[in-house]
Amino acid sequence: MGQAYSAGLTVTDSIILRKERILPLKGEVLVKKGAKVKGDDVVAQTLLPGKVVPFNLANKLGVTPAQLLQYIKIKPGDQITKKTVLAENKGLFGLGLFKSEVRSPVDGEVENISAVTGQVLLREPRIPVQVKAFLDGMVTEVIEGEGVVIENKSAYIQGIFGIGDETLGELKMLADTPDDELDAGKIDDSCRDKILVAGSFVPFFVIDIARKHGVKAIITGGIDDQDIKKLLGYDIGVAITGHENVGITIICTEGFGKIKMADKTFNLLKQFDGKKASVHGHTQIRAGVIRPEIIIPLDFDENELVSKEASLPVLEIGTLVRIIRQPHFGRIAKVTALPEELTMVESETLVRIMEAEFDDGTKISLPRANVEVIES
Amino acid sequence: MQYDEKRLTRIVATDCGSTTTKAILIEYVDGEYRQTIRGEAPTTVEAPLNDVTKGVINATQELEELARLKYNNPNIKFMEDGNFIIPRKGDVGVDAYVSTSSAGGGLQMMVTGVVASMTGESAERAALGAGAIVMDLIASNDKRMNHEKIERIRHLRPDMILMAGGEDGGTIKHVVEMAELVSGADPKPRLGSSYKLPVIYAGNVEAQEEIKNTLAKKVDLIITDNLRPKLETENLGPARDKIHDIFMEHVMQQAPGYNKLMEWTKGPDLQQVPIMPTPAAVGNIMQTIAKDEQIEVVGVDIGGATTDVFSVFTEEYIFNRTVSANLGMSYSISNVLASSGLKNIMRWVPFDLDESELRNMIKNKMIRPTTIPSLLQELVLEQAIAKEALRLAFEQHKEFASSLKGMQKQRDISEAFSQSTSGATIVNLMTLNLLVGSGGVLSHAPRRNQTVMMLIDAFLPEGITRLAVDSIFMMPHLGVLSEISPKAATEVFRKDCMVYLGSCVAPVGKGKYGKPALYVKLDLPDGKKFEEDIPFGELRLIPCPVDQVAKATLKTRGGLTLNSEKAKELEIELHGGTVGIVIDTRGRQPFALPEEKTERIQSLKKWMRELDAYPEDILV
Repeated sequence: MGQAYSAGLTVTDSIILRKERILPLKGEVLVKKGAKVKGDDVVAQTLLPGKVVPFNLANKLGVTPAQLLQYIKIKPGDQITKKTVLAENKGLFGLGLFKSEVRSPVDGEVENISAVTGQVLLREPRIPVQVKAFLDGMVTEVIEGEGVVIENKSAYIQGIFGIGDETLGELKMLADTPDDELDAGKIDDSCRDKILVAGSFVPFFVIDIARKHGVKAIITGGIDDQDIKKLLGYDIGVAITGHENVGITIICTEGFGKIKMADKTFNLLKQFDGKKASVHGHTQIRAGVIRPEIIIPLDFDENELVSKEASLPVLEIGTLVRIIRQPHFGRIAKVTALPEELTMVESETLVRIMEAEFDDGTKISLPRANVEVIES
Repeated sequence: MQYDEKRLTRIVATDCGSTTTKAILIEYVDGEYRQTIRGEAPTTVEAPLNDVTKGVINATQELEELARLKYNNPNIKFMEDGNFIIPRKGDVGVDAYVSTSSAGGGLQMMVTGVVASMTGESAERAALGAGAIVMDLIASNDKRMNHEKIERIRHLRPDMILMAGGEDGGTIKHVVEMAELVSGADPKPRLGSSYKLPVIYAGNVEAQEEIKNTLAKKVDLIITDNLRPKLETENLGPARDKIHDIFMEHVMQQAPGYNKLMEWTKGPDLQQVPIMPTPAAVGNIMQTIAKDEQIEVVGVDIGGATTDVFSVFTEEYIFNRTVSANLGMSYSISNVLASSGLKNIMRWVPFDLDESELRNMIKNKMIRPTTIPSLLQELVLEQAIAKEALRLAFEQHKEFASSLKGMQKQRDISEAFSQSTSGATIVNLMTLNLLVGSGGVLSHAPRRNQTVMMLIDAFLPEGITRLAVDSIFMMPHLGVLSEISPKAATEVFRKDCMVYLGSCVAPVGKGKYGKPALYVKLDLPDGKKFEEDIPFGELRLIPCPVDQVAKATLKTRGGLTLNSEKAKELEIELHGGTVGIVIDTRGRQPFALPEEKTERIQSLKKWMRELDAYPEDILV
């Protein structure tokens, strides 16, 4: 076969992006189709149902569940406060002497009353939720009651792993070369609200200093597994991240350990030094792959908003690939051959291999599964 | 619907896994069914393609290309205009296309019961047996407050809920209370908000009306027979069938591209063949083997994200399945380290390694799950991690597979109450006949000897146990194929799927290192003999080909025993295999590795060398 499908992360100076910004539940969309929005603008909002509080009213009143309906003062759908009497008995001899009443433990609404269990379900007030645009762009579609689609033209980088939620800020290069380790001495108050770009590595104590200086995010080639643990307070078992509340977003472009940032990624970030970017650390490797993103919005014309048809990255002769496993982890090579037959590698595994060449002309062969196509 | 060999001469079967779509070609050649070609491609159920059929087309294209090469016939074609050509006409088309699926996270369920260890456990067993991942078991007595249960139900977003509780005619209060909690949570399905969440009620029949009153408006309520009609009777069949129906009708309809895929899967007369959840298909095949050969079986499928363990034990062929949702070799590899601890992984590694290097290597595998160890050292490490993942998954399985299992099993009341307190597992390694491994790390190990080593070290089989591996992970395909042709499924299973690795002889008990433990005399089929008084703490590998047996005389020393009758002497036939007969005198109950590092590394190297598990350069 002359070509094969392969994994790949996108790193490009120009792409048409299309992002759905959807509410967790149906609600209200606040912007119209065609509107230009900024990353911080709220585009949709809703009220999430409040917490449900089960409350055994029959027990509280000292009656059986079947008797409860005789004494109840509320019905499903009623609005209630902590002052509302939910039920009261008729007192001694039905004369109101020593009568007892039960008041609601919460403010909210009555959801359900059961004569089988004697339980009532009370729902606390609704919780407002807002969805922001996240990226500067144009609203190209309104999904009624659910959210919007925002499109723009951006320089765009997918990371491999991240932690922390969506944030916006200006890019600030703190590394001179993609090999650099982030120098703590370079972090000062000028870094407040910025997205810092490191080279190959950022250790925990530097992340901590950055956090104290109000840095929004750090983009780095590699990070140490134990530093992530120190940052989160626990070890990551399964890679589903992005919702951690650690006061800073981290985006790793290459992987764990000290790994030089790919030249293409580094140069792209350098090119846009000082520009505004939208970033997040959301990572989900399993079922519905999500990778962290760095989005640097560019000026665009409406008729440019035609996104390319989705396709899998293709490995063929001439393709540039990044090696993603030892040996040569992190290096870039060009594919020179894709032999069909299975070949034995050092571990004695029989695999489909590819032959490739480094910049300096050195030739190697390695499993096809151990490379990522560098998409342009 | 079932078909014979006249109507089924060429079949394509796929398994759409969470990362890879694996396709196999099965053909009727020279009077028998054989698996002839295999192809694979990345699964495309998620962005950017959002259509599972694209991956199926890519995998089938690889099959076509390889078939043209194999038969040197450029006219061979299975698909046209992105659709299977059914039935076959000469070189063109196939007679059937069948598929299993675990893509998009498989079938995810929540189950509820009244007493966690009784109706709760039964509901869990029904869901697992149907091929689901059980996200949580919520029971009246599970010690969580009601509002916590409601929050949990609301956040889970399963594909469906199975509710059990109460024996027929018993009190209805608790099961109705559980329905009230579900109703209060107003749970939404995982895929899409355009339909109501299916909820199967399989509890006390007397509560059905109240359950309808409580739930019918909020969810898509399906009522079926009580899965625990009496305390001592379990009836899982109807609930399992409903789960399968709903999986097809509701869940699969929502997954990207599955509508099209469901139209594709059909037999020669164009009748639809339902897509099966992958683990349900594997369970099908496991039970078929056990019943056909009248043996007790343990099977394991270790994947990237999860590890499934299946077992069939006792004379009633009681089937159990467990899913260890966060034990796997790629997505979940980091969780194996977190669950087992670094020390437990390193105890299987015959060299020293910097801890932070190992941790980062494991995390890098997690974020790039499809990479392959090309360095020998990395292979040894991955196999050490696999041993721990398998060990932990098997421990969970043993705990779950306890007394009251399977359909319609009658027991007396005293047994019913003792089930969880005594924790009496029905998994008995001494009576186990066959241990089958499958999944990438076991099926694709560069040397089968490594598979044997992983299976023995992880499962610690006792007495005499036959070992096998699924050659290229085709048990799911055969599980679903057996729905339309049991003959094709069993023939391919015996000839192409199962690779018998050999037998393991492991006396149970404690001994002293270096002191005699087991006298072994083997009369091998080629006329050769093997005779040795093997000391305690050793491994021996004696080659004996597949389909052949060696006549063995076994005599234990000290307090060691060889079977469930505590025999110390046995005259027995031992099955050979691609690896051979392994004698393991390292002891069982307990099995212990040397504590001291240098001594442990020396022992590991000795055993690995004896098993011919790795090239010599890594063992010097």
